[in-house]
Amino acid sequence: MRAVRFSVVTAAATVAALTAVTGCAEKSDGKGEGAVQVVAKDDSCEVSKTKLPAGHIELAVQNKGSKVTEVYVLFPDDRIVAERENIGPGTKATITAEIKAGSYEIACKPGMKGHGIRQKIEVSGGKVAKRSPEMDKAVAAYRTYVQAQADETLPKVKVFTDAVAAGDIEAAKKAYADSRIGWERTEPVAESFGDIDPKVDVREDGLEDGQKWTGWHRLEKALWQDKKLGAEEKALAPTLYKDLLDWQKRVGTAEITPTSMANGAKELLDEVATGKVTGEEERYSHTDLVDFKANVEGAEKSYELLKPIATKNDAALTSSLDKQFAALNTLLDKYRTDKNSYVFTSYEKVGKADRKELSDAVNALAEPLSRLAAAVTK
Amino acid sequence: MSEQNRQTSDDETPAGAPSRRALLGWGGAGLALGAVAAGGAVAAVGSGDTPVTAADSGAAVPFHGAHQAGIATAVQDRLHFAAFDVTTKDRAELVALLKEWTRAAERMTAGHAVGDGAYGGLAEAPPDDTGEALGLKPSRLTLTIGFGPSLFAKGRFGLEDRRPDALVELPKFPGDNLDKARSGGDLCVQACADDPQVAVHAIRNLARIGMGRTAIRWSQLGFGKTSSTTPDAQTPRNMMGFKDGTRNISGTDTAALDQHVWVGEKDKGGWMTGGSYLVARRIRMHIETWDRTGLQEQEDVFGRDKGEGAPVGRAKERDEPFLKAMLPSAHVRLAHPDTNDGATILRRGYSFTDGTDGLGRLDAGLFFLAYQRDTRTAFVPLQRRLAAHDALNEYIQHVGSAHFAVPPGVRDKDDWWGRALFS
Repeated sequence: MRAVRFSVVTAAATVAALTAVTGCAEKSDGKGEGAVQVVAKDDSCEVSKTKLPAGHIELAVQNKGSKVTEVYVLFPDDRIVAERENIGPGTKATITAEIKAGSYEIACKPGMKGHGIRQKIEVSGGKVAKRSPEMDKAVAAYRTYVQAQADETLPKVKVFTDAVAAGDIEAAKKAYADSRIGWERTEPVAESFGDIDPKVDVREDGLEDGQKWTGWHRLEKALWQDKKLGAEEKALAPTLYKDLLDWQKRVGTAEITPTSMANGAKELLDEVATGKVTGEEERYSHTDLVDFKANVEGAEKSYELLKPIATKNDAALTSSLDKQFAALNTLLDKYRTDKNSYVFTSYEKVGKADRKELSDAVNALAEPLSRLAAAVTK
Repeated sequence: MSEQNRQTSDDETPAGAPSRRALLGWGGAGLALGAVAAGGAVAAVGSGDTPVTAADSGAAVPFHGAHQAGIATAVQDRLHFAAFDVTTKDRAELVALLKEWTRAAERMTAGHAVGDGAYGGLAEAPPDDTGEALGLKPSRLTLTIGFGPSLFAKGRFGLEDRRPDALVELPKFPGDNLDKARSGGDLCVQACADDPQVAVHAIRNLARIGMGRTAIRWSQLGFGKTSSTTPDAQTPRNMMGFKDGTRNISGTDTAALDQHVWVGEKDKGGWMTGGSYLVARRIRMHIETWDRTGLQEQEDVFGRDKGEGAPVGRAKERDEPFLKAMLPSAHVRLAHPDTNDGATILRRGYSFTDGTDGLGRLDAGLFFLAYQRDTRTAFVPLQRRLAAHDALNEYIQHVGSAHFAVPPGVRDKDDWWGRALFS
């Protein structure tokens, strides 16, 4: 999991990738001709055009305010089409996106916080991106996988949340890591719903001012650190279940494309590299290796589905990926007693040198994996 | 794809500076001369007897030559040194990596971005180059590779019979407090440049290219060179405030280089002919205790005065030291070739400061880099003597150590780092 801001980045990257695939015929020339001008100030967000033709759009953003800002193109349900962070006062930035007909909002967030200042835009007509049947097949299979992961996860979440609600610490501890596997396998998709992730998977240090801490890690801390389940924790359990039920219902509507699958796979490894390898993710339960494995499995699933396409374009890349996935899985197997179980060594007990070895293996896989999206779209 | 030059092209070389083409044109012998020019000296070039004025510190140092650049070439201001573990078990993969590294090094030392550059490529793929050196000059970047003893271990790459005798495991010296996490390595790359961003960019890109085949074991940033291979230039000072490197080998003194630095045919050097041996030591200084030491003691410890740098009893820095006038424990006396049967090393060290150590003490000192023809007869006896007797030991501690065989230079576009070793 990540802090809210990071989940936003993930979603944006996912959609940016979508952009690239659908618009692969027309490269942005970056000159900003015909671009929608967005002037961001501390208290306003002026958009030069609110009616646009579908297809490739470009936003030329100018921050005339005094605060660092970020600008989003959002679906009506707040899903992110494209975004740009860290636009400093007095600087310019360009955001490009491939947009289908429909209603959208452009949001400026001065100070990079809150709901932002929003402006509705309407997109009409335009062309529909063409995709090869094998790409459609890969996307459909991945969509099925993502849904299945959510479907299988909910009963496991129920075991966990029921135990918490009942105050059964031991049973809750036992069910904790397992209840997260499906989420971790499909994290880039799960995180694309910007409103669910901060409720279920935020860590204490990722909270924004005034945000109430809920979700898995809140309960993780209660179970392993505080070692008690009070009325508040017990009440949070059904909330977690409800929020994840929301995920299960909405996951089917996620935008998925071949490049978002490829970049999603890479992002799963990035998750491992920044959160799991350091032991930061599961700092109380030390079940990081379970998340680690789930992230790798999710990445591998995306990769397997894309492999027939990628191999045609870059056989050297897929052979290197095959090798590195196998090497990382072999390494992970060292930390569990049996290949089919998800009982892994507590990360607390993994020494510095072993963590370095895991980190090197993650880098060895993530680096070529970062080139998968290009191999898919060539 | 756009060719992203950080450097002005050959034709646009600033007036007064030798063009890169000219530097390359001098060939092997010109390499050292070119380096001197870049280092700020004025040299007469043999080919045309035209005096070449000093190039600015942004110039490019030729990558190709009989010896690797970064040893006898003029010392730049900044360092990023990295030691790597080779993680692949496949010899062919290691060879492929060395070839890729060589091509990337050729480009980066010339001031070009790696591969297809940092922008303009596919939107959904990360760029080939990390981009932080765009717009910067070559900054005299040199990249120098070395092979550690562990690379030659039995059962690894079939190199056990090719390990040079001189590539010994360094003995444990008294007083050493070596951190394994800052020692050793199968490979090393020394990146020196006048701009730290250029040096860091180079190591970062090589590390990235290497992922899956190599992993960084440890690395060290350095600033403020503590010795010079251009003795006419002002001698730099180390973190203790003393001039360091007064008697260093000059990069233009080919006789001294042949005698003390380059592995020769006579050494049965084989693939190492034209190469050298590098010892890297992270030497922590007890800065705070040094700073509250009396001036007299400080000067006694070194055997030179602090202001001018003159040896004890002499007036000028470069006056011949009278060793017997120094205390028997004086650093200069113990390190001098006359005390060590003529053993001479080429120093190329840098100061480092890695913040503080948690006790409020500056984690600072000297990242000592020394090149020599045979470590067994140069650094080892020298360090044995220093470790046993040097008054400076009270104020320093060796905390990291590594030894590398540095192969000869890459001759041309078809050659690559380590070709002679692997063929």
